[in-house]
Amino acid sequence: MTVYAVRRTAGELLITAGCFLLLFASWQLWWTDVESNAKASESVENFLGLIEDPKTPPPPLDPNGIPVTIGKDGVFAVMYVPRFGKEWRRPIVQGTKWYPLTRGIGHYEKTVGPGKVGNFSLAGHRTTYGRPFHNIDRLQDGDRLIIETATTYFVYEVTSHDIVAPTAVEVVAPVPDQPGRTPTTPMITLTSCHPKFSAAQRYVVHGTLVTTAPRKGGLDGAYWAVPEGAVS
Amino acid sequence: MYAALWRRLPGPAWARVVQSVLLLAAVIAFCFLWLFPRIAPFMPFNETTVEDPVALVTSIDDWSVRR
Repeated sequence: MTVYAVRRTAGELLITAGCFLLLFASWQLWWTDVESNAKASESVENFLGLIEDPKTPPPPLDPNGIPVTIGKDGVFAVMYVPRFGKEWRRPIVQGTKWYPLTRGIGHYEKTVGPGKVGNFSLAGHRTTYGRPFHNIDRLQDGDRLIIETATTYFVYEVTSHDIVAPTAVEVVAPVPDQPGRTPTTPMITLTSCHPKFSAAQRYVVHGTLVTTAPRKGGLDGAYWAVPEGAVS
Repeated sequence: MYAALWRRLPGPAWARVVQSVLLLAAVIAFCFLWLFPRIAPFMPFNETTVEDPVALVTSIDDWSVRR
């Protein structure tokens, strides 16, 4: 091989490597959204279909009050956030590792289940993999967070938010930010990355339970109302 | 490298263009659907939770539905 051919091949390899990196970036930033969103709406529909079916037995609760998941997608609840628009709904799955967070919103396994005294804590991607909590910074105090399980609607209201270091695990303590204290009220915590496209910090939203309703009777329309200035 | 590939493809120029496009599409599909999902969990920017971020690349398919 001539020097010229060696040089040309090296150049082609470098250009190929550059294209490969761009391809990976577009997969990460765009395709993971396409795939995870499609999967998330499918698993919400499966879950809702299964819990509508009278043949599905009501799921037992584990000692932490977390309902057993229903169906093959590992879903145990569906989340609705009127601030994010009428159409917005996402499945809640168990665990906060890489894989569950590609399938929906992940429940911190060591925290209590929905509606229980303690801190029902959830993690969701801010960007990529369907980015369920992309607009978490648009939530305002008083906004409703609705959790639907096979048996019950749980309505929480946002009470505060915070931006912390990724190591600040006390935000998901049974009493947020006060590890070791015994909780007396049912609370909710949402965590996501901050700022967008970075994992340098965590955006944290806390809320408290305002009401519950049996799923069969439905939930009062007022709770579903989309607030002024909703993100669509 | 690419010139050699071009010379090896059979047929007239237009047929070689079609084959090149198909080859490129196949490579992209392989990356998007097989390769990238498998390497993504090892990327530092995907370690978004404090717990052990991944132990599951080999166990994606048996991620238990009842945990």
